[in-house]
Amino acid sequence: MSKNVFVIAEQRDGKIMKVSYELIGKARELANDLGQDVVAVLMGSGVEAVAGDLAKAGADKVIVVDDPMLAEYVTEPYAKATTAVIKANDPEIVLFGASSIGRDLAPRVSARIHTGLTADCTKLEIDPETKLLNMTRPAFGGNIMATILCADHRPQMATVRPGVMQALESCDKVGEVEKFAVEFTPADMNVEICEVVKTDKKSVDITEAKILVSGGRGLGSAEGFAQLKDLADVLGGEVAASRAAVDSGWIEKDRQVGQTGKTVRPDLYVACGISGAIQHAAGMEESEFIVAINKEESAPIFGICDLGIVGDLNKIVPKLTEALKKVD
Amino acid sequence: MKIVVCAKQVPDTTEVKLDPKTGTLIRDGVPSIINPDDKAGIEAALQLKEKCPGSTVTVLSMGPAQADVALREALAMGCDEAILVTDRAFGGADTWATSSTIAAALKKIDYDVIITGRQAIDGDTAQVGPQIAEHLGLPQVSYAENVEIDGDCLKVQRQFEDRYHIIKVKMPCVITALAELAEPRYMTVAGIVDAYDSKEVKVWGLEDLKDTVDEANIGLKGSPTRVKQSFTKQPKAAGTVLKDLTPDEAVDAIVAKLKEKYII
Repeated sequence: MSKNVFVIAEQRDGKIMKVSYELIGKARELANDLGQDVVAVLMGSGVEAVAGDLAKAGADKVIVVDDPMLAEYVTEPYAKATTAVIKANDPEIVLFGASSIGRDLAPRVSARIHTGLTADCTKLEIDPETKLLNMTRPAFGGNIMATILCADHRPQMATVRPGVMQALESCDKVGEVEKFAVEFTPADMNVEICEVVKTDKKSVDITEAKILVSGGRGLGSAEGFAQLKDLADVLGGEVAASRAAVDSGWIEKDRQVGQTGKTVRPDLYVACGISGAIQHAAGMEESEFIVAINKEESAPIFGICDLGIVGDLNKIVPKLTEALKKVD
Repeated sequence: MKIVVCAKQVPDTTEVKLDPKTGTLIRDGVPSIINPDDKAGIEAALQLKEKCPGSTVTVLSMGPAQADVALREALAMGCDEAILVTDRAFGGADTWATSSTIAAALKKIDYDVIITGRQAIDGDTAQVGPQIAEHLGLPQVSYAENVEIDGDCLKVQRQFEDRYHIIKVKMPCVITALAELAEPRYMTVAGIVDAYDSKEVKVWGLEDLKDTVDEANIGLKGSPTRVKQSFTKQPKAAGTVLKDLTPDEAVDAIVAKLKEKYII
Protein backbone atom coordinates (compact mmCIF):
# COMPACT_ATOMS: atom_id res chain seq x y z
CA MET A 1 0.00 0.00 0.00
CA SER A 2 1.38 3.42 -0.96
CA LYS A 3 2.01 5.53 2.08
CA ASN A 4 3.17 8.97 3.16
CA VAL A 5 3.48 12.37 1.61
CA PHE A 6 6.94 13.04 0.17
CA VAL A 7 8.39 16.46 -0.56
CA ILE A 8 11.33 16.62 -2.95
CA ALA A 9 13.25 19.48 -1.37
CA GLU A 10 15.26 21.79 -3.56
CA GLN A 11 18.66 23.15 -2.61
CA ARG A 12 21.10 25.34 -4.48
CA ASP A 13 24.68 25.64 -3.26
CA GLY A 14 23.68 23.85 -0.07
CA LYS A 15 20.94 26.33 0.72
CA ILE A 16 17.40 24.96 0.95
CA MET A 17 14.97 26.93 -1.22
CA LYS A 18 11.94 28.52 0.45
CA VAL A 19 9.50 26.55 -1.69
CA SER A 20 10.60 23.35 0.09
CA TYR A 21 9.40 24.71 3.44
CA GLU A 22 6.14 25.85 1.85
CA LEU A 23 5.58 22.37 0.43
CA ILE A 24 6.28 20.74 3.79
CA GLY A 25 3.65 23.04 5.28
CA LYS A 26 1.06 21.77 2.80
CA ALA A 27 2.33 18.17 3.02
CA ARG A 28 1.72 18.31 6.78
CA GLU A 29 -1.97 19.11 6.20
CA LEU A 30 -2.35 16.38 3.60
CA ALA A 31 -0.56 13.84 5.78
CA ASN A 32 -2.79 14.75 8.72
CA ASP A 33 -5.89 14.15 6.57
CA LEU A 34 -4.50 10.76 5.55
CA GLY A 35 -3.17 9.82 8.99
CA GLN A 36 0.30 9.44 7.48
CA ASP A 37 3.77 11.01 7.69
CA VAL A 38 5.64 13.75 5.88
CA VAL A 39 8.97 12.68 4.42
CA ALA A 40 11.34 15.25 2.91
CA VAL A 41 13.92 14.14 0.35
CA LEU A 42 17.13 16.16 0.22
CA MET A 43 19.56 15.58 -2.65
CA GLY A 44 22.92 17.27 -3.12
CA SER A 45 26.57 17.12 -2.22
CA GLY A 46 27.68 17.98 1.30
CA VAL A 47 24.11 18.79 2.35
CA GLU A 48 23.62 16.47 5.33
CA ALA A 49 24.14 19.35 7.73
CA VAL A 50 20.97 21.15 6.62
CA ALA A 51 18.70 18.11 6.65
CA GLY A 52 17.59 19.05 10.16
CA ASP A 53 16.04 22.28 8.87
CA LEU A 54 13.51 20.26 6.93
CA ALA A 55 12.46 18.46 10.10
CA LYS A 56 12.12 21.78 11.92
CA ALA A 57 9.83 22.88 9.11
CA GLY A 58 7.53 19.93 9.79
CA ALA A 59 8.93 16.77 8.18
CA ASP A 60 8.72 13.57 10.26
CA LYS A 61 11.66 12.08 8.39
CA VAL A 62 14.32 13.34 6.02
CA ILE A 63 15.90 11.06 3.42
CA VAL A 64 19.29 12.38 2.33
CA VAL A 65 20.99 11.41 -0.92
CA ASP A 66 24.46 12.92 -0.66
CA ASP A 67 26.79 12.41 -3.61
CA PRO A 68 29.27 14.53 -5.62
CA MET A 69 27.20 13.71 -8.74
CA LEU A 70 24.46 15.88 -7.25
CA ALA A 71 26.56 18.98 -6.56
CA GLU A 72 24.98 21.04 -9.35
CA TYR A 73 21.56 20.25 -10.84
CA VAL A 74 21.74 18.01 -13.92
CA THR A 75 18.64 16.10 -15.02
CA GLU A 76 19.82 12.49 -15.16
CA PRO A 77 21.63 12.09 -11.81
CA TYR A 78 18.75 13.82 -10.03
CA ALA A 79 16.13 11.80 -11.93
CA LYS A 80 17.96 8.60 -11.05
CA ALA A 81 18.18 9.49 -7.37
CA THR A 82 14.55 10.64 -7.12
CA THR A 83 13.31 7.51 -8.88
CA ALA A 84 15.37 5.25 -6.62
CA VAL A 85 13.98 6.89 -3.47
CA ILE A 86 10.40 6.67 -4.75
CA LYS A 87 10.74 3.02 -5.78
CA ALA A 88 12.23 2.08 -2.42
CA ASN A 89 9.52 3.86 -0.43
CA ASP A 90 6.28 3.66 -2.44
CA PRO A 91 4.90 7.07 -1.39
CA GLU A 92 1.23 7.97 -1.77
CA ILE A 93 1.97 11.54 -2.85
CA VAL A 94 5.13 13.32 -4.07
CA LEU A 95 5.37 17.11 -4.24
CA PHE A 96 7.97 19.19 -6.13
CA GLY A 97 8.50 22.94 -6.26
CA ALA A 98 7.59 24.24 -9.73
CA SER A 99 10.90 26.03 -10.20
CA SER A 100 13.03 25.73 -13.32
CA ILE A 101 14.54 22.68 -11.62
CA GLY A 102 11.28 21.06 -10.52
CA ARG A 103 9.68 21.61 -13.93
CA ASP A 104 12.59 19.77 -15.53
CA LEU A 105 12.89 16.97 -12.95
CA ALA A 106 9.27 16.10 -12.12
CA PRO A 107 8.10 15.27 -15.67
CA ARG A 108 11.19 13.13 -16.29
CA VAL A 109 10.59 11.17 -13.09
CA SER A 110 6.84 10.83 -13.66
CA ALA A 111 7.48 9.39 -17.12
CA ARG A 112 10.15 7.04 -15.77
CA ILE A 113 7.81 5.55 -13.20
CA HIS A 114 4.67 5.87 -15.36
CA THR A 115 2.46 7.95 -13.15
CA GLY A 116 0.44 11.14 -13.46
CA LEU A 117 1.86 14.60 -12.82
CA THR A 118 -0.09 17.83 -12.37
CA ALA A 119 1.81 21.09 -12.79
CA ASP A 120 1.60 24.43 -10.99
CA CYS A 121 -1.08 23.46 -8.51
CA THR A 122 -2.61 26.33 -6.56
CA LYS A 123 -4.69 24.10 -4.31
CA LEU A 124 -4.14 20.60 -2.94
CA GLU A 125 -6.75 18.79 -0.86
CA ILE A 126 -7.58 15.24 0.20
CA ASP A 127 -11.11 14.29 -0.82
CA PRO A 128 -12.72 13.11 2.45
CA GLU A 129 -14.58 10.24 0.73
CA THR A 130 -12.22 8.90 -1.88
CA LYS A 131 -9.03 9.94 -0.05
CA LEU A 132 -7.66 10.96 -3.43
CA LEU A 133 -5.53 14.05 -3.84
CA ASN A 134 -7.55 16.79 -5.55
CA MET A 135 -5.08 18.93 -7.52
CA THR A 136 -6.40 22.30 -8.68
CA ARG A 137 -4.49 24.42 -11.16
CA PRO A 138 -5.01 27.24 -13.66
CA ALA A 139 -5.58 26.10 -17.25
CA PHE A 140 -6.14 27.62 -20.66
CA GLY A 141 -3.50 30.26 -20.01
CA GLY A 142 -4.89 30.98 -16.55
CA ASN A 143 -8.37 31.77 -17.78
CA ILE A 144 -10.02 28.85 -15.98
CA MET A 145 -9.26 26.53 -13.07
CA ALA A 146 -9.26 22.74 -13.34
CA THR A 147 -9.26 20.06 -10.64
CA ILE A 148 -7.24 17.01 -11.66
CA LEU A 149 -7.18 13.47 -10.27
CA CYS A 150 -4.68 10.66 -10.60
CA ALA A 151 -6.89 7.78 -9.54
CA ASP A 152 -5.09 4.59 -10.55
CA HIS A 153 -1.38 5.37 -10.59
CA ARG A 154 1.01 5.96 -7.69
CA PRO A 155 2.51 8.13 -6.46
CA GLN A 156 0.15 10.99 -7.16
CA MET A 157 2.59 13.72 -8.19
CA ALA A 158 2.21 17.48 -8.27
CA THR A 159 4.36 20.55 -8.68
CA VAL A 160 3.58 23.79 -6.84
CA ARG A 161 4.95 27.25 -7.57
CA PRO A 162 7.04 29.08 -4.98
CA GLY A 163 4.96 31.54 -2.99
CA VAL A 164 1.66 29.69 -3.30
CA MET A 165 1.61 27.48 -0.19
CA GLN A 166 2.59 28.55 3.31
CA ALA A 167 5.38 27.22 5.42
CA LEU A 168 4.65 26.30 9.03
CA GLU A 169 6.22 28.09 11.97
CA SER A 170 9.63 26.59 12.57
CA CYS A 171 9.63 24.29 15.61
CA ASP A 172 12.15 22.28 17.62
CA LYS A 173 11.21 19.05 15.92
CA VAL A 174 13.98 16.55 15.40
CA GLY A 175 13.03 14.15 12.61
CA GLU A 176 14.64 10.89 11.67
CA VAL A 177 17.41 11.33 9.10
CA GLU A 178 18.01 8.41 6.75
CA LYS A 179 21.03 8.29 4.49
CA PHE A 180 20.11 6.78 1.11
CA ALA A 181 22.84 5.60 -1.23
CA VAL A 182 22.38 5.65 -4.99
CA GLU A 183 24.70 3.65 -7.27
CA PHE A 184 25.84 6.25 -9.77
CA THR A 185 28.00 5.41 -12.77
CA PRO A 186 29.94 7.92 -14.93
CA ALA A 187 27.37 7.32 -17.68
CA ASP A 188 24.71 8.97 -15.51
CA MET A 189 26.39 12.33 -16.05
CA ASN A 190 25.22 12.28 -19.67
CA VAL A 191 25.83 15.99 -20.28
CA GLU A 192 28.82 18.15 -19.41
CA ILE A 193 28.51 21.38 -17.44
CA CYS A 194 31.06 23.65 -19.13
CA GLU A 195 30.24 26.73 -17.07
CA VAL A 196 28.06 27.81 -14.16
CA VAL A 197 27.36 31.53 -14.24
CA LYS A 198 25.50 32.95 -11.27
CA THR A 199 23.58 36.14 -11.83
CA ASP A 200 24.39 39.19 -9.76
CA LYS A 201 23.98 38.48 -6.03
CA LYS A 202 22.13 41.75 -5.75
CA SER A 203 19.22 40.25 -7.64
CA VAL A 204 16.08 40.62 -5.67
CA ASP A 205 13.59 37.99 -4.60
CA ILE A 206 10.29 39.83 -4.89
CA THR A 207 8.47 36.88 -3.34
CA GLU A 208 10.09 37.82 -0.01
CA ALA A 209 8.88 41.44 -0.06
CA LYS A 210 5.95 42.48 2.11
CA ILE A 211 5.24 45.49 -0.08
CA LEU A 212 5.53 45.64 -3.86
CA VAL A 213 5.19 48.66 -6.12
CA SER A 214 4.67 47.28 -9.58
CA GLY A 215 4.79 48.91 -13.00
CA GLY A 216 3.34 47.96 -16.36
CA ARG A 217 2.99 49.20 -19.90
CA GLY A 218 1.48 52.45 -18.66
CA LEU A 219 4.86 53.58 -17.34
CA GLY A 220 5.97 54.15 -20.90
CA SER A 221 9.71 53.74 -20.36
CA ALA A 222 12.50 52.40 -18.16
CA GLU A 223 12.81 55.86 -16.59
CA GLY A 224 9.23 55.54 -15.41
CA PHE A 225 10.43 52.96 -12.88
CA ALA A 226 12.50 55.56 -11.03
CA GLN A 227 9.40 57.04 -9.44
CA LEU A 228 8.21 53.56 -8.45
CA LYS A 229 11.58 52.92 -6.79
CA ASP A 230 11.16 56.12 -4.74
CA LEU A 231 7.70 55.02 -3.65
CA ALA A 232 8.92 51.50 -2.85
CA ASP A 233 11.81 52.90 -0.80
CA VAL A 234 9.59 55.09 1.36
CA LEU A 235 7.22 52.13 1.95
CA GLY A 236 10.11 49.76 2.68
CA GLY A 237 9.16 47.57 -0.25
CA GLU A 238 10.48 46.40 -3.60
CA VAL A 239 9.79 47.20 -7.23
CA ALA A 240 8.05 44.60 -9.40
CA ALA A 241 6.74 44.59 -12.95
CA SER A 242 4.32 43.10 -15.42
CA ARG A 243 5.46 41.05 -18.38
CA ALA A 244 4.88 43.99 -20.74
CA ALA A 245 7.44 46.11 -18.89
CA VAL A 246 9.99 43.29 -18.76
CA ASP A 247 9.55 42.39 -22.44
CA SER A 248 10.04 46.06 -23.32
CA GLY A 249 13.41 45.87 -21.61
CA TRP A 250 12.53 48.45 -18.93
CA ILE A 251 13.40 46.23 -15.97
CA GLU A 252 14.97 42.87 -15.10
CA LYS A 253 13.07 39.63 -15.54
CA ASP A 254 13.49 38.56 -11.92
CA ARG A 255 11.00 41.30 -11.00
CA GLN A 256 8.28 39.94 -13.26
CA VAL A 257 4.98 38.98 -11.63
CA GLY A 258 2.51 36.71 -13.37
CA GLN A 259 1.84 33.44 -15.17
CA THR A 260 5.36 33.24 -16.63
CA GLY A 261 6.90 35.29 -13.84
CA LYS A 262 6.62 34.93 -10.09
CA THR A 263 3.66 34.45 -7.79
CA VAL A 264 3.61 36.98 -4.96
CA ARG A 265 1.43 37.48 -1.87
CA PRO A 266 2.62 40.71 -0.28
CA ASP A 267 0.70 42.67 2.32
CA LEU A 268 0.45 45.52 -0.17
CA TYR A 269 0.61 45.44 -3.98
CA VAL A 270 0.49 48.79 -5.77
CA ALA A 271 -0.18 48.28 -9.49
CA CYS A 272 0.81 51.32 -11.55
CA GLY A 273 -0.04 51.46 -15.23
CA ILE A 274 -0.86 47.74 -15.24
CA SER A 275 -3.97 46.72 -17.13
CA GLY A 276 -4.43 43.57 -15.06
CA ALA A 277 -4.66 40.85 -17.72
CA ILE A 278 -5.46 37.35 -16.42
CA GLN A 279 -1.85 36.25 -16.78
CA HIS A 280 -0.68 39.06 -14.50
CA ALA A 281 -3.55 38.70 -12.04
CA ALA A 282 -2.68 35.01 -11.65
CA GLY A 283 0.60 36.07 -10.07
CA MET A 284 -0.67 38.67 -7.57
CA GLU A 285 -4.40 38.37 -6.90
CA GLU A 286 -3.80 36.72 -3.51
CA SER A 287 -2.08 39.87 -2.21
CA GLU A 288 -3.55 41.11 1.07
CA PHE A 289 -4.35 44.60 -0.20
CA ILE A 290 -4.21 45.74 -3.81
CA VAL A 291 -4.09 49.39 -4.89
CA ALA A 292 -4.36 50.12 -8.60
CA ILE A 293 -3.60 53.33 -10.45
CA ASN A 294 -4.44 53.41 -14.14
CA LYS A 295 -5.82 56.05 -16.47
CA GLU A 296 -8.10 53.55 -18.26
CA GLU A 297 -11.37 53.13 -16.38
CA SER A 298 -12.04 49.83 -18.16
CA ALA A 299 -8.75 48.20 -17.14
CA PRO A 300 -9.39 44.70 -15.73
CA ILE A 301 -7.17 45.48 -12.71
CA PHE A 302 -10.02 47.53 -11.30
CA GLY A 303 -12.04 44.33 -11.02
CA ILE A 304 -9.57 42.72 -8.62
CA CYS A 305 -8.17 45.61 -6.61
CA ASP A 306 -9.25 46.73 -3.17
CA LEU A 307 -8.72 50.39 -3.94
CA GLY A 308 -8.63 51.66 -7.51
CA ILE A 309 -7.76 55.14 -8.68
CA VAL A 310 -8.56 56.14 -12.24
CA GLY A 311 -5.89 58.73 -12.86
CA ASP A 312 -2.44 59.63 -14.10
CA LEU A 313 0.22 57.65 -12.25
CA ASN A 314 2.91 60.16 -13.24
CA LYS A 315 1.12 62.82 -11.20
CA ILE A 316 -0.13 60.60 -8.37
CA VAL A 317 2.93 58.45 -7.61
CA PRO A 318 5.42 61.28 -6.84
CA LYS A 319 2.84 63.07 -4.69
CA LEU A 320 2.09 59.83 -2.86
CA THR A 321 5.80 59.37 -2.13
CA GLU A 322 6.03 62.91 -0.72
CA ALA A 323 2.92 62.44 1.41
CA LEU A 324 4.21 59.14 2.83
CA LYS A 325 7.58 60.71 3.71
CA LYS A 326 5.67 63.14 5.95
CA VAL A 327 3.77 60.29 7.63
CA ASP A 328 7.01 58.74 8.86
CA MET B 1 22.02 17.58 -39.20
CA LYS B 2 18.47 16.27 -38.96
CA ILE B 3 16.36 18.49 -36.74
CA VAL B 4 12.82 17.71 -35.67
CA VAL B 5 10.73 20.41 -34.03
CA CYS B 6 7.61 19.47 -32.09
CA ALA B 7 5.05 22.26 -32.35
CA LYS B 8 1.52 22.68 -31.06
CA GLN B 9 -1.34 24.71 -32.44
CA VAL B 10 -2.96 26.53 -29.53
CA PRO B 11 -5.74 29.06 -29.01
CA ASP B 12 -4.21 32.46 -28.38
CA THR B 13 -5.03 32.46 -24.67
CA THR B 14 -3.87 36.04 -24.30
CA GLU B 15 -6.84 37.00 -26.48
CA VAL B 16 -9.46 35.09 -24.55
CA LYS B 17 -12.18 37.18 -23.00
CA LEU B 18 -14.74 36.51 -20.32
CA ASP B 19 -18.41 36.98 -21.14
CA PRO B 20 -19.35 39.84 -18.80
CA LYS B 21 -22.87 38.47 -18.32
CA THR B 22 -22.19 34.81 -17.61
CA GLY B 23 -18.60 35.02 -16.36
CA THR B 24 -17.62 32.13 -18.66
CA LEU B 25 -14.93 31.99 -21.32
CA ILE B 26 -15.76 33.03 -24.87
CA ARG B 27 -13.92 30.34 -26.85
CA ASP B 28 -15.40 31.13 -30.26
CA GLY B 29 -13.40 33.34 -32.54
CA VAL B 30 -10.20 32.96 -30.54
CA PRO B 31 -7.40 32.88 -33.12
CA SER B 32 -5.27 29.72 -33.37
CA ILE B 33 -1.51 30.22 -33.40
CA ILE B 34 1.69 28.24 -33.24
CA ASN B 35 2.60 28.07 -29.53
CA PRO B 36 5.16 30.87 -28.94
CA ASP B 37 7.85 28.70 -27.28
CA ASP B 38 7.51 26.20 -30.16
CA LYS B 39 7.77 28.95 -32.77
CA ALA B 40 11.05 30.04 -31.20
CA GLY B 41 12.11 26.39 -31.51
CA ILE B 42 11.26 26.41 -35.19
CA GLU B 43 13.30 29.58 -35.71
CA ALA B 44 16.25 28.14 -33.77
CA ALA B 45 16.08 25.02 -35.95
CA LEU B 46 16.07 27.10 -39.12
CA GLN B 47 19.08 29.07 -37.86
CA LEU B 48 20.95 25.85 -37.03
CA LYS B 49 20.16 24.60 -40.53
CA GLU B 50 21.63 27.80 -42.01
CA LYS B 51 24.82 27.24 -40.02
CA CYS B 52 25.01 23.59 -41.06
CA PRO B 53 24.28 23.25 -44.79
CA GLY B 54 22.69 19.99 -45.84
CA SER B 55 20.52 19.90 -42.70
CA THR B 56 16.79 19.30 -42.74
CA VAL B 57 14.11 20.64 -40.44
CA THR B 58 11.00 18.52 -39.93
CA VAL B 59 8.10 19.98 -37.96
CA LEU B 60 5.76 17.57 -36.19
CA SER B 61 2.48 18.25 -34.45
CA MET B 62 -0.06 16.13 -32.63
CA GLY B 63 -3.50 17.64 -32.93
CA PRO B 64 -6.85 17.77 -34.71
CA ALA B 65 -7.03 18.13 -38.50
CA GLN B 66 -7.07 21.94 -38.28
CA ALA B 67 -3.48 21.87 -36.98
CA ASP B 68 -2.58 21.54 -40.68
CA VAL B 69 -2.68 25.37 -40.84
CA ALA B 70 -0.01 25.70 -38.15
CA LEU B 71 2.18 23.18 -39.96
CA ARG B 72 1.80 25.07 -43.24
CA GLU B 73 2.93 28.21 -41.43
CA ALA B 74 6.02 26.36 -40.22
CA LEU B 75 6.68 25.13 -43.76
CA ALA B 76 6.26 28.67 -45.05
CA MET B 77 8.87 29.86 -42.52
CA GLY B 78 11.27 27.41 -44.13
CA CYS B 79 10.81 23.95 -42.60
CA ASP B 80 11.40 21.17 -45.12
CA GLU B 81 8.82 18.61 -44.02
CA ALA B 82 5.75 18.47 -41.85
CA ILE B 83 4.01 15.60 -40.10
CA LEU B 84 0.56 15.81 -38.54
CA VAL B 85 -0.10 13.07 -36.01
CA THR B 86 -3.86 12.91 -35.76
CA ASP B 87 -6.46 10.32 -34.83
CA ARG B 88 -9.60 10.24 -32.74
CA ALA B 89 -7.89 7.61 -30.63
CA PHE B 90 -5.32 10.19 -29.51
CA GLY B 91 -7.94 12.61 -28.18
CA GLY B 92 -8.33 13.49 -24.50
CA ALA B 93 -4.68 12.74 -23.80
CA ASP B 94 -2.88 14.06 -20.73
CA THR B 95 0.85 14.77 -20.91
CA TRP B 96 1.85 11.07 -20.43
CA ALA B 97 -0.37 9.96 -23.33
CA THR B 98 0.57 12.94 -25.49
CA SER B 99 4.29 12.40 -25.00
CA SER B 100 3.88 8.64 -25.57
CA THR B 101 2.10 9.26 -28.87
CA ILE B 102 4.59 11.84 -30.09
CA ALA B 103 7.52 9.60 -29.05
CA ALA B 104 5.97 6.76 -31.05
CA ALA B 105 5.88 9.04 -34.12
CA LEU B 106 9.46 10.20 -33.53
CA LYS B 107 10.63 6.58 -33.41
CA LYS B 108 9.70 6.35 -37.08
CA ILE B 109 12.00 9.15 -38.18
CA ASP B 110 15.71 9.87 -38.16
CA TYR B 111 16.85 12.75 -35.98
CA ASP B 112 19.93 14.28 -34.41
CA VAL B 113 18.09 16.90 -32.38
CA ILE B 114 14.53 17.16 -31.17
CA ILE B 115 13.41 20.66 -30.19
CA THR B 116 10.20 21.27 -28.27
CA GLY B 117 8.90 24.44 -26.69
CA ARG B 118 9.23 24.72 -22.92
CA GLN B 119 5.47 24.94 -22.40
CA ALA B 120 2.24 25.58 -24.27
CA ILE B 121 0.11 28.62 -23.46
CA ASP B 122 -3.02 26.52 -23.04
CA GLY B 123 -1.73 23.63 -20.92
CA ASP B 124 1.16 25.52 -19.29
CA THR B 125 2.59 22.25 -17.87
CA ALA B 126 6.11 22.18 -19.40
CA GLN B 127 5.88 18.38 -19.12
CA VAL B 128 5.64 16.98 -22.64
CA GLY B 129 9.21 17.85 -23.75
CA PRO B 130 10.96 16.11 -20.83
CA GLN B 131 8.54 13.18 -21.03
CA ILE B 132 9.30 12.68 -24.74
CA ALA B 133 13.00 12.64 -23.84
CA GLU B 134 12.36 9.96 -21.21
CA HIS B 135 10.30 7.77 -23.57
CA LEU B 136 13.10 7.94 -26.15
CA GLY B 137 15.88 7.50 -23.58
CA LEU B 138 17.57 10.76 -24.64
CA PRO B 139 19.37 13.41 -22.60
CA GLN B 140 17.33 16.60 -22.18
CA VAL B 141 18.35 20.20 -21.73
CA SER B 142 15.40 22.44 -20.96
CA TYR B 143 14.94 26.21 -20.61
CA ALA B 144 17.33 26.78 -23.54
CA GLU B 145 18.22 30.45 -24.07
CA ASN B 146 20.91 29.76 -26.65
CA VAL B 147 21.99 26.77 -28.75
CA GLU B 148 25.21 26.32 -30.74
CA ILE B 149 26.70 23.44 -32.69
CA ASP B 150 29.92 21.97 -31.30
CA GLY B 151 31.00 19.02 -33.46
CA ASP B 152 28.74 16.09 -32.65
CA CYS B 153 27.44 17.96 -29.63
CA LEU B 154 25.29 20.97 -28.91
CA LYS B 155 26.29 23.73 -26.52
CA VAL B 156 23.18 24.97 -24.74
CA GLN B 157 22.73 27.90 -22.38
CA ARG B 158 20.28 26.57 -19.81
CA GLN B 159 18.39 29.18 -17.78
CA PHE B 160 17.74 29.00 -14.06
CA GLU B 161 16.21 31.73 -11.87
CA ASP B 162 19.53 32.71 -10.30
CA ARG B 163 22.15 31.44 -12.77
CA TYR B 164 22.68 29.75 -16.09
CA HIS B 165 24.64 26.67 -17.14
CA ILE B 166 26.51 26.19 -20.39
CA ILE B 167 25.81 22.54 -21.10
CA LYS B 168 27.54 20.38 -23.69
CA VAL B 169 25.24 17.55 -24.76
CA LYS B 170 25.93 14.82 -27.29
CA MET B 171 23.37 14.32 -30.05
CA PRO B 172 20.82 12.80 -30.30
CA CYS B 173 19.16 14.84 -27.57
CA VAL B 174 16.04 16.84 -26.69
CA ILE B 175 16.14 20.61 -26.15
CA THR B 176 13.17 22.59 -24.80
CA ALA B 177 13.11 26.16 -26.07
CA LEU B 178 12.22 29.36 -24.28
CA ALA B 179 10.54 32.08 -26.34
CA GLU B 180 13.76 34.08 -25.77
CA LEU B 181 15.78 31.48 -27.70
CA ALA B 182 15.07 33.03 -31.09
CA GLU B 183 12.91 35.77 -32.62
CA PRO B 184 10.76 33.96 -35.22
CA ARG B 185 11.06 35.10 -38.81
CA TYR B 186 8.05 36.10 -40.89
CA MET B 187 6.83 33.82 -43.65
CA THR B 188 7.72 34.98 -47.16
CA VAL B 189 5.19 35.02 -49.97
CA ALA B 190 7.28 32.44 -51.82
CA GLY B 191 7.35 30.40 -48.61
CA ILE B 192 3.58 30.39 -48.35
CA VAL B 193 3.24 29.29 -51.97
CA ASP B 194 5.73 26.46 -51.40
CA ALA B 195 3.97 25.41 -48.21
CA TYR B 196 0.83 24.57 -50.16
CA ASP B 197 2.39 23.76 -53.53
CA SER B 198 5.62 21.82 -53.39
CA LYS B 199 5.77 20.82 -49.72
CA GLU B 200 3.43 18.35 -48.11
CA VAL B 201 2.00 17.64 -44.69
CA LYS B 202 2.20 13.91 -44.02
CA VAL B 203 -0.71 12.67 -41.94
CA TRP B 204 -0.13 9.80 -39.52
CA GLY B 205 -2.94 8.11 -37.64
CA LEU B 206 -2.96 5.19 -35.21
CA GLU B 207 -2.50 2.72 -38.08
CA ASP B 208 0.76 4.40 -39.10
CA LEU B 209 2.12 4.15 -35.55
CA LYS B 210 1.05 0.53 -34.98
CA ASP B 211 4.60 -0.78 -34.76
CA THR B 212 5.91 1.87 -32.39
CA VAL B 213 2.99 2.78 -30.13
CA ASP B 214 1.51 0.93 -27.17
CA GLU B 215 -2.21 1.54 -27.42
CA ALA B 216 -2.53 1.31 -23.65
CA ASN B 217 -0.67 4.63 -23.45
CA ILE B 218 -2.73 6.80 -25.78
CA GLY B 219 -5.78 9.03 -25.57
CA LEU B 220 -8.11 9.51 -22.65
CA LYS B 221 -7.95 5.83 -21.66
CA GLY B 222 -4.16 5.90 -21.56
CA SER B 223 -4.00 9.00 -19.36
CA PRO B 224 -3.06 8.58 -15.68
CA THR B 225 -4.53 12.00 -14.89
CA ARG B 226 -8.05 13.12 -15.59
CA VAL B 227 -9.95 16.38 -15.20
CA LYS B 228 -12.50 16.05 -12.42
CA GLN B 229 -14.03 19.47 -13.08
CA SER B 230 -13.17 22.85 -14.48
CA PHE B 231 -14.58 26.20 -13.49
CA THR B 232 -14.04 29.90 -13.97
CA LYS B 233 -12.42 31.64 -11.06
CA GLN B 234 -14.67 33.41 -8.61
CA PRO B 235 -14.12 37.09 -9.24
CA LYS B 236 -12.61 38.76 -6.22
CA ALA B 237 -15.15 40.88 -4.35
CA ALA B 238 -14.98 44.29 -5.98
CA GLY B 239 -13.20 47.00 -4.03
CA THR B 240 -13.66 50.74 -4.29
CA VAL B 241 -12.79 52.45 -7.55
CA LEU B 242 -12.50 56.22 -7.41
CA LYS B 243 -12.39 58.47 -10.44
CA ASP B 244 -12.40 62.16 -11.30
CA LEU B 245 -10.15 62.94 -8.37
CA THR B 246 -7.34 65.45 -8.48
CA PRO B 247 -3.91 63.97 -7.81
CA ASP B 248 -3.94 65.42 -4.29
CA GLU B 249 -7.35 63.91 -3.55
CA ALA B 250 -6.15 60.57 -4.91
CA VAL B 251 -3.10 60.65 -2.66
CA ASP B 252 -5.24 61.49 0.39
CA ALA B 253 -7.56 58.58 -0.38
CA ILE B 254 -4.66 56.15 -0.71
CA VAL B 255 -2.89 57.32 2.46
CA ALA B 256 -6.13 57.15 4.43
CA LYS B 257 -6.76 53.59 3.29
CA LEU B 258 -3.20 52.46 4.02
CA LYS B 259 -3.49 53.88 7.54
CA GLU B 260 -6.85 52.18 7.99
CA LYS B 261 -5.31 48.85 7.04
CA TYR B 262 -2.30 49.41 9.33
CA ILE B 263 0.03 49.14 6.38
CA ILE B 264 1.63 52.43 7.40
